[in-house]
Amino acid sequence: MTPEPKGPGAAWTEERRRSDEGRRRQKGPRRGEESRVPEAEFTSYYGRPVIKEPAWGTPDIAGYLFLGGLAGASSMLAAAAEVSGYGELARVAKVGALGAISLSAVALVHDLGRPGRFVNMLRVFKPTSPMSVGSWLLSAYGPAAGAAAVSEVTGILPGAGRAATLGAGLLGPAIATYTAALICDTAVPAWHEGYREMPYVFAGSAASAAGGLGLLAVHPADAGPARNLAVLGATVELIAKRQLLARLARPGEQSLAEPYKTGTTGAILRLAEFLTAGALVGAVLGRTSRAVSALSGASLVAASAMTRLGIFEAGMASARDPKYTVVPQRRRRDRRRGMNQRPPLLSVTVTNWVMFPGSVITMSSTFSQRIAALL
Amino acid sequence: MIVDPAGRAGWLEHPERVGFFTDTSICIGCKACEVACKEWNAVPEDGLSLSGMSYDNTVGLGASTWRHVAFIEQPVTAVADAAEGVRWLMASDVCKHCTESACLDVCPTGALFRTEFGTVVVQDDVCNGCGYCVGACPFGVIARREEDGQAHKCTLCYDRLGTGMEPACAKACPTESIQFGPLDELRERAALRVADLRAAGQDHAQLYLNDPDDGIGGGGAFFLLLDEPEVYGLPPDPVVTTRDLPGIWKHVGLAAAGLVATGIALGLGRRPR
Repeated sequence: MTPEPKGPGAAWTEERRRSDEGRRRQKGPRRGEESRVPEAEFTSYYGRPVIKEPAWGTPDIAGYLFLGGLAGASSMLAAAAEVSGYGELARVAKVGALGAISLSAVALVHDLGRPGRFVNMLRVFKPTSPMSVGSWLLSAYGPAAGAAAVSEVTGILPGAGRAATLGAGLLGPAIATYTAALICDTAVPAWHEGYREMPYVFAGSAASAAGGLGLLAVHPADAGPARNLAVLGATVELIAKRQLLARLARPGEQSLAEPYKTGTTGAILRLAEFLTAGALVGAVLGRTSRAVSALSGASLVAASAMTRLGIFEAGMASARDPKYTVVPQRRRRDRRRGMNQRPPLLSVTVTNWVMFPGSVITMSSTFSQRIAALL
Repeated sequence: MIVDPAGRAGWLEHPERVGFFTDTSICIGCKACEVACKEWNAVPEDGLSLSGMSYDNTVGLGASTWRHVAFIEQPVTAVADAAEGVRWLMASDVCKHCTESACLDVCPTGALFRTEFGTVVVQDDVCNGCGYCVGACPFGVIARREEDGQAHKCTLCYDRLGTGMEPACAKACPTESIQFGPLDELRERAALRVADLRAAGQDHAQLYLNDPDDGIGGGGAFFLLLDEPEVYGLPPDPVVTTRDLPGIWKHVGLAAAGLVATGIALGLGRRPR
């Protein structure tokens, strides 16, 4: 019999709990909802993260999530506006798409550790890598969006310009949404566990930004499709974001919605939601006013950028704190092993191994003690 | 269950799959593995400092730390004949060379590849430093090196394997805590070892990543631990992120289709004159 550990990393767990209590005492419960949820019990290696934060920079990749969405949805809007006779809106959307995707390309190459090797993205095509899929999409979409805008502005080759407009319009939705796969296909808990909702949040946010740009730059009388797109996109975004947070909240378990709700990130996302909702009302009620439409449009563009930044930062925060990795995994493993009760204080968990021919079965001591008590 | 990752990756004829079995119960924390790895692979120095984490000076695996020895000092209460004091856990961590490998799956350049030995290696002349592998690894193993901007991790001494030598860390380990060999053989050996330890009263002894049915299809490097994985900084139930990729693409496809439908609906509207 070996000496019974008081707890693996017991000192760390204890220290963490005390500092949390201290913080709470200082600030007081900010929101009733949060103060009722006790700090999850878990063990870590000196509080170090289990996974690595993605090696992606905040201005570069968070910005790309926004700009890619704005570009893709703008191209789609440009194609729709062109075929339905909204020439000025089509022009704005094409130029906007080219601007956004050009900035995206700069951001993406700048974020590489070896920018000179960006062309290596096109060595292979791998459906298992959303970044590979995205690179190929971008290499088809970028030139199309560019040709559409250049032809529009210069008047050169109108036929080819129209084909490019339609091509970019078809590829745009893929550009606007694949970035959800890009971030969800990682070990980052607050992104990965939201993969069922993230693409709709991104689609809504992109549509809302593209519609917003149209409202901002074009007279309301000539911006009908932009308004419709903005209203639909903002509505989808608001609903999908709520659903994303509801799924991540996981009642009774470690909430993965926490990083989206707390600190600066929480404030950014709440402000984005407020701006989107306000702009939604403004876009509908102020449809005859140039000023109200433009203000609503600008708010939607800003809110979309803030939403992407907030989602990006929430994921990074969930990667930095080991509790978002350890607690849900621990719970999943315990549940699979048939222990449905709340996991006991991890630091006093004792695991018994029972050998059966050909298999190894584990039970927690609390579980086996309960069985012993029944007998 | 994937039994032959090298064959699945397209190697028609290949040697049997090899890996590490790290038996932490006999690790003495000498860090010979860390040093041997640095020496053999010419991995640059990446900061030696007092971390406040027991004898741990390298803190975790990273771009320039491919073997990392964890030190955990557990306060223990007096039980039977044992006095109150400290139980000292030491464990040498390394890339798991997953059967289902997230870093390899998400790498957009093909820089990460599956070798004929079933291991996972980065090609330095291909990697463009996109950093996708860093966030995809469920263990936080691979990282981007500041100096060259590229991703680096344990190669399981690919060059040494090619000439029939064992990896530097296993060669240097004085207690055979790090064992190298054909994976099947190591798994058999590990099962016997954990049974022995349990019979000797080590109630917490457990194998980690030895099961080909787990979330990563089993590790090419697996471990015998004396406590729960998270105590050593390891995830308790890692799952390769690409298991959910079909679902991810499905929702992305639906969202994109929704946008296309919206665009068509907008395009069908005629401008009122």
